[in-house]
Amino acid sequence: MTDADPVRLYRTVRLIRRFEERAVELVHGGQIVGGIHPYLGQEGIAAGVCAALGADDVVAGTHRGHGHVLARGADPARMLAELCGRVTGLNAGRGGSMHAADFSLGVLGANAIVGASGAIITGAVWGRRRQGRDTVGVSFFGDGAVNEGMLLEAFNLAALWRVPVLFVCENNGYATTMPIAGAVAGSIAGRAAAFGIPAARVDGQDPETVRAAAAAAVDRMRAGGGPELIEARTYRFDAHHTFEHAVRLDYRPPDEVTRGRARDPVRIQGERLPDADRAAVDAEVEATLDAAVRFALDSPRPDPADALAYLYASGLTGRTGGG
Amino acid sequence: MPRLSYRRALTRALADELARDDAVFLLGEDIQVGASMVTTGLARRFGADRVRDTPLSEQAFTSFATGAALAGLRPVIEFQIPSLLFLVFEQIVNHAHKFPLMTGGQCAVPVTYLVPDSGSRTGWAGQHSDHPYSLFAHVGVVTVVPATPADAYGLLVTAIRHDDPVVVFAPAAAMDVRDDVDDLVPVPLGRGRIHRFGDDVTVVAVGHLVHDALAVAEELADQVSVEVFDPRTLYPFDIDGLTESVARTGRLVVLDDGNRSCGIAAEIIASVVERVRLLAPPRRVTRPDGAVLPFAPALDRAVQPGRDQLATAIHLTMKDGS
Ligand SMILES: Cc1ncc(C[n+]2csc(CCOP(=O)(O)OP(=O)(O)O)c2C)c(N)n1
Ligand SMILES: [Mg+2]
Repeated sequence: MTDADPVRLYRTVRLIRRFEERAVELVHGGQIVGGIHPYLGQEGIAAGVCAALGADDVVAGTHRGHGHVLARGADPARMLAELCGRVTGLNAGRGGSMHAADFSLGVLGANAIVGASGAIITGAVWGRRRQGRDTVGVSFFGDGAVNEGMLLEAFNLAALWRVPVLFVCENNGYATTMPIAGAVAGSIAGRAAAFGIPAARVDGQDPETVRAAAAAAVDRMRAGGGPELIEARTYRFDAHHTFEHAVRLDYRPPDEVTRGRARDPVRIQGERLPDADRAAVDAEVEATLDAAVRFALDSPRPDPADALAYLYASGLTGRTGGG
Repeated sequence: MPRLSYRRALTRALADELARDDAVFLLGEDIQVGASMVTTGLARRFGADRVRDTPLSEQAFTSFATGAALAGLRPVIEFQIPSLLFLVFEQIVNHAHKFPLMTGGQCAVPVTYLVPDSGSRTGWAGQHSDHPYSLFAHVGVVTVVPATPADAYGLLVTAIRHDDPVVVFAPAAAMDVRDDVDDLVPVPLGRGRIHRFGDDVTVVAVGHLVHDALAVAEELADQVSVEVFDPRTLYPFDIDGLTESVARTGRLVVLDDGNRSCGIAAEIIASVVERVRLLAPPRRVTRPDGAVLPFAPALDRAVQPGRDQLATAIHLTMKDGS
């Protein structure tokens, strides 16, 4: 089931990279309101992990969630339309950057509450397996989430009930401006160990390394193993959130940023391809994104009369707010 | 006619739904042996896989239920203490409730949160005696507070079959109420029930307070004709049914075991006066502002809305309007 094709892996990191760069432009241009948390620099993790998954698997992500959705194969055009708040978006313009979801691909959503995805994915995997499916799940979270009690409770529950969830910690060294040294007592892998969860620390900048670690974990889980954790060390190339493009916050030393950006997952994976193949992928990705931007910006905006459509799956409607 | 207690009505509803639909399963603390005496016998009948004891991890198992619901199951969580709802308000509101809208209708989250012995348990003090139903009505989570065994059965069944999250409060003071019940049937959400017809004043009573309201109505029967309206569901609220009642009586008193400020009584009164011109100012009998239930029994009782207070409120509204 694992997709070990280096070209496809390159295409995924390249797609996420260029998608995010385009999205940042659209933020600056005012077409995306509210800004985004760019996934720039961390592409290898979503791409590598999702290359190890099958069609019936489920993932849940974070506020920095575009990469996970795209790596599962979501349509970039509908994803971009979602960021632009259009009815054609994945979530009909109701979710935006931090809640993009595609249930048809097992993407149970980006989630803006830090540490929330672990328990949800544990229940989703358990529920699907109870229906006889062979699902495994991935909960993506940052280094900031490892101090959230509900995530640690989820570690316990998944391990206790042997629910095959791959917990993927994208350790980019900071929770907003808080460096990991100021926030994490003990270690991330040590938290997993406390619950008897096997943990691996990998270089998150190398998509192949991430894919291999995830594939090995997924194989063990499909063979009946319980949850595992991967701590992928990475670096966020850009701002925590695009608001930082307007308000410069001084918390990352410039030489650290330079060093961090030098290990670029897109370049690392790209160098594994012959130049001509890489150029072909780049051109195809560019054409895809050109079309995606056009689709998003040409799409209709939702009708304010339907602002609370979908509030209740049961079809319940509440009173309106006017006098 | 078989006599059924409120507590057993809840057990029956759980058993019937577990038997009817394989997607239904229960989660909670000490539910296999049935410490709450609600899930009694269910683990033996349906197995430990469907009646699952959890570790003390309310936040994780509440969101676990959300995930299981996203996968197509219908989890029912039993909470051991009403105050635990404060721990999981985040999981219920930010995730279970918001997912359908935020995903543009891609999913449903049919979870039932059952809170047996809600409100005061007498002598359990500050952290076991809350009745936070107004909070859920405020955020728009379906909220039911049945008063009788038949409604406890019928509303719990409906909650489990409902496609959105539902919080079911089963007040401690109602759990031992017994009734002759001949047919156990689902009760629709958002439909109130008039327990006693009257001409002079409509008393809206929530949950166990329905029984206090009926007792007071009986006591005052030779002075004032009291109608007792039980909303049964606080959200969605049967405002049409209540409007019809108040339009006849012209007077409104609300009896609510929540804190006063921003409580459901305030909402009920506002909703009625938006529609009906009353003969007298409406009244409400509630817990005081910001109440924390004190331990000593006399203090615990003093903070809960009482029958004397209700009788006084009824007299005042009668006097005001005449
Ligand atoms: C529970 C919670 N607390 C605080 C926030 C505000 N917030 C959003 S992202 C973030 C930092 C998260 O850091 P990390 O988990 O390392 O992820 P990263 O942003 O580095 O990808 C914070 C504090 C939140 N969204 N949720
Ligand atoms: Mg971080």
